[in-house]
Amino acid sequence: MNQLLHQVLSGLATGGIYASVALALVMIYQATHLVNFAQGEMAMFATYIAWALIQVGVPYWWAFAITVAGAFVLGVAVERIIVRPVENSPILALVIVFIALLVIFNSVAGWIFTYTIKPFPSPFPAEPLFGNRFMSSHEIGSMTITLVVLLLLFAFFRFTPLGLAMRAAAQNPVSSRLVGIRVGWMLALGWGLAAAIGAIAGIMVAPTVFLEPNMMGGILLYAFAGALLGGIDSPGGAVLGGFIVGVLENVVGTYVGSELKLTLALVVIIGVLVVKPSGLFGKVHVVRV
Amino acid sequence: MSAGTIQAGAATLAPAPAGDRSAAALLEVRGLAAQYGPTKVLHGIDFAVAAAGITTVLGANGAGKTTLLRAVCNMIRTSGEVRLAGERIDGLATEAIVRRGVGHVPDGRGTFMNLTVEENLRLGAHTRKDRAEIGPDCERMYAYFPRLKERRRQQAGTLSGGEQQMLAVSRALMLRPRLLLLDEPSFGLAPLIVQQLFEILKAINETERIGMLLVEQNAAMALALADQAYLLETGRVVMSGSAQAIRSDEQVRRSYLGY
Repeated sequence: MNQLLHQVLSGLATGGIYASVALALVMIYQATHLVNFAQGEMAMFATYIAWALIQVGVPYWWAFAITVAGAFVLGVAVERIIVRPVENSPILALVIVFIALLVIFNSVAGWIFTYTIKPFPSPFPAEPLFGNRFMSSHEIGSMTITLVVLLLLFAFFRFTPLGLAMRAAAQNPVSSRLVGIRVGWMLALGWGLAAAIGAIAGIMVAPTVFLEPNMMGGILLYAFAGALLGGIDSPGGAVLGGFIVGVLENVVGTYVGSELKLTLALVVIIGVLVVKPSGLFGKVHVVRV
Repeated sequence: MSAGTIQAGAATLAPAPAGDRSAAALLEVRGLAAQYGPTKVLHGIDFAVAAAGITTVLGANGAGKTTLLRAVCNMIRTSGEVRLAGERIDGLATEAIVRRGVGHVPDGRGTFMNLTVEENLRLGAHTRKDRAEIGPDCERMYAYFPRLKERRRQQAGTLSGGEQQMLAVSRALMLRPRLLLLDEPSFGLAPLIVQQLFEILKAINETERIGMLLVEQNAAMALALADQAYLLETGRVVMSGSAQAIRSDEQVRRSYLGY
């Protein structure tokens, strides 16, 4: 029983990471109706920037803040420079662009930082908090941070005029222009925010999975499974889906065999697509004919 | 101008010479042409909305009425000259034109389906700087259309067609526009509601001095509300003049008013 509780709790900690990346995927999806396959690699690249800053002696939380801001700028730049010019291309062309981005970020990271696996520091103490036996300090700390980020984002989209304008621009660009919203910039902001969330997820997961150019590969897959499970067009659903996948992954890894962890993600993806393509909270799109 | 125009007969119906019209006109359009891909829809038309005036554009389906409104706020490829209060706005991005005070009640209503009624209204005020005034303005819209108040927390996609039309008009008014472009606001509304809507438009025009460019199929209602009228046929203005004169024109009466 204790072991199960332990696995569930630490599953929630990784689930927070998946939830963040799933949310980033959903934000881009809502605006473009495409999954940004490069989301994970952009997060990995940002994590390398944090690592490099820490290496040259920048204090951890400063490195954290600079990296998140840098990732935001990077996200905006990717949208403006790379995605924007091709946004009206056929869907396959866009998919290729996103895959190309994935490969480019991956190989540039390998080229600059090499493929050697690097340890990444955790800002949280090594000994467990409050003497609990279930979660490490890093797990509690990273879960807290991802939860705070998710809450802040929720408040931003729900209560601020800019958040409202971003939701409107993603949903109905034509009407948005007619109320004076600069739709292009809203989309770019969305990319910036998604990249910033990804960077936080990358920094939080790096101490556990270690830093290397392929570190986000599996995570992107779990996050995608979470997003599909919750509903690819439902931000709240995607977050919940991310947590569920995190817990499932840990429990399956312990009781069935850790070889099957990644398989689980694929089972979830295929299962959702076959049984309920709209996910738990997604909208079912009905087309009148 | 085709032979059917009534300008020749009545001097009062002819548009004033360009010189003194530009001083008074809120919107002045010259040689406006527009096309969807290779298909030309508007062939160089001229029209104007006087300051605090209401101009209506009448025409059958496919005459280019919706295109004309889209062309004014540069939603499609256009050429020609568009002036708002004397300033050129053609070639500006749609959102930049809106920021200059051009509200638009679009074809198909343009509802933000997944947002609440209140969020739709607040979006209408997106470009305004006077944040404190936005709440009271929402209340003003609810006073015009009490149905919207009942449904303020509801998703706008769940509203009926008529309610969405009220929402579209309210959303455009939330901009506090100088000029309001209305694309068939009576579409899908019950006759009684149409009556109410037109009374509200008239009141807003008189109290807030908002100029309006009204595109309508309901010619009788439109001509009763407007001061100037233009008749559009396959992308060309075939008749223009004061609404009153157009209304009494024999041919218009028979083809558009149906009596």
